[in-house]
Amino acid sequence: MILAADSWTLVQRRLLQLKHQPGQLVAMLAFPAIMIVLFGFVFGSAISVPGGGNYREYLMPGLFVMTSMFSLSSSMVEVATDQGRGVMDRFRSMPTSRAAVLLGQTGSDAVTGLLGLAVMLVCGYACGWRAHDGLGPALAAVGVLVVFRSAMAWIGTCFGLLVRDEQVADQLAPLSMPFSMLSNAFVPTGGMPGWLRVVCDWNPISAAVAACRSLFGNPGVPGPGAAWPLAHPVTATLLWSALLLAIFVPLAVRRFAGAGR
Amino acid sequence: MNHIVSAEGLRKRYGTTTALAGLDLAVPAHTVYGLLGPNGAGKSTAVRVLTTLTRPDAGHATVAGHDVVRRPERVRSSIGLAGQHAAVDERLTGRENLRLFGRLSRLGRRGAAARADELLARFDLADAADRLVATYSGGMRRRVDLVASLLTAPAVLFLDEPTTGLDPRSRLEIWATVRELVADGTSVLLTTQYLDEADQLASAVAVIDHGRVIAEGSPAALKSRIGSQLDVEVADASSVDSARTVLGTLAGRPPETDPGGLRLSVAFPGATPPLPEIVRMLDNAGAVVRDVGLRHPSLDDVFLSLTEKAARSEVPA
Repeated sequence: MILAADSWTLVQRRLLQLKHQPGQLVAMLAFPAIMIVLFGFVFGSAISVPGGGNYREYLMPGLFVMTSMFSLSSSMVEVATDQGRGVMDRFRSMPTSRAAVLLGQTGSDAVTGLLGLAVMLVCGYACGWRAHDGLGPALAAVGVLVVFRSAMAWIGTCFGLLVRDEQVADQLAPLSMPFSMLSNAFVPTGGMPGWLRVVCDWNPISAAVAACRSLFGNPGVPGPGAAWPLAHPVTATLLWSALLLAIFVPLAVRRFAGAGR
Repeated sequence: MNHIVSAEGLRKRYGTTTALAGLDLAVPAHTVYGLLGPNGAGKSTAVRVLTTLTRPDAGHATVAGHDVVRRPERVRSSIGLAGQHAAVDERLTGRENLRLFGRLSRLGRRGAAARADELLARFDLADAADRLVATYSGGMRRRVDLVASLLTAPAVLFLDEPTTGLDPRSRLEIWATVRELVADGTSVLLTTQYLDEADQLASAVAVIDHGRVIAEGSPAALKSRIGSQLDVEVADASSVDSARTVLGTLAGRPPETDPGGLRLSVAFPGATPPLPEIVRMLDNAGAVVRDVGLRHPSLDDVFLSLTEKAARSEVPA
């Protein structure tokens, strides 16, 4: 009970912050629209989807996963800021449930993430993207995205506790960009050199993108000859997420509750 | 257990750095107790251990009767901590910050709101309460931080360098607040590198250097260890010798003369004779005196003399 109440209080804290900074909210929500224009219309005209199909339909699952990926950087920056300014120490010196501080962090990320996803779904719809296989698989895709995003949020939380400094976190944040590019999110991996293709196929992001494509019925779903994570994308994404959570949740909890400095 | 904070043999190392090397403390309740020390002396580590943020490697400590290692959750319910950072959320208003911390301290939604309003009014923050903390001045931030540590009316308040980096006016405000709290019955453990701060606020201080206590007592008692210094300036070289004789007899040790030769100083270990009497004796001896001054030691003098002594005793013989 206390854990739930404290976590909810801390989720509300982040929502209040957003309320005071509508600019941040607008930026967060405008980003998908910019990405759709940039990738969908600028690059899209030069990229052909294997097996045919509309590039923007191919692209949207990639953008859904990419924004989930950005949770890593935003969580890292938020946690590092709290840590660097002593807010985390204040929490730790109070009778607050310690797990609640981390759950509040990742919980608020899930709330803002779902909000962002809703906006992206609408933007995608406006650009001709559709979920072709009905509501059930579409909801399953949203579920996969939420699970994947929470893994990213926990990694970011853990990194934020490690770097302890918002400036360092700010500088590290853009590094998540290349990781999302090293995947099948924007281009098919088929034409890449062999070694790069292996890296991209086994990138958890590729599995998540492939899972979204297959659940939404979008083009670009790999055939049976593809690497294992792409041939079984939903299972692979859930396994990847479970593995990452199994590593980073205990690490973050230990880092936060433990001896500290 | 009549000590609100007590520590025995606390040790803490970070890699090869020894932060605490067997720290002992016994802090009486309902007072301001000062921890004095240079940067890196271990003050902040001591506070981190006592507020359960860091586990000591050895030794043990109790706060409000609860062991910091075995019963950290009880300690956390009895303390408030205001640190070197103004540890409040800049992206919320002052009122929202206090409500947030109040709810997380188990005051309940309504209780937290009422307590926040009460403290905002009491500490002159009501006008700024609904502005974002990011727009506050340094002094106001620190005051919100201090108020946030008072939400639960803690038995012990830890203030880790509460006025570092503040302008003189804001310092005075923080000092007034601290005095008010002690009048209400709160016990305060204050770390500071400003000796006048300890002098102003603390009824007892422990001087910390290299992770252990090197002296302890009231500021007055620590100052009397050094005694006062008498400075005499004579008008001409012919007066120097007679002045030297008078001062030497009074203090029981030869005075020091400055390179110009006209200024003499001598330290009195205990009580000094009345100044008019000193002047009369110098006059009777035929010394023409231009200026006489009796300088009582500041805590800075005490501190420097103590830490110098400690530094010297560490050099291998």
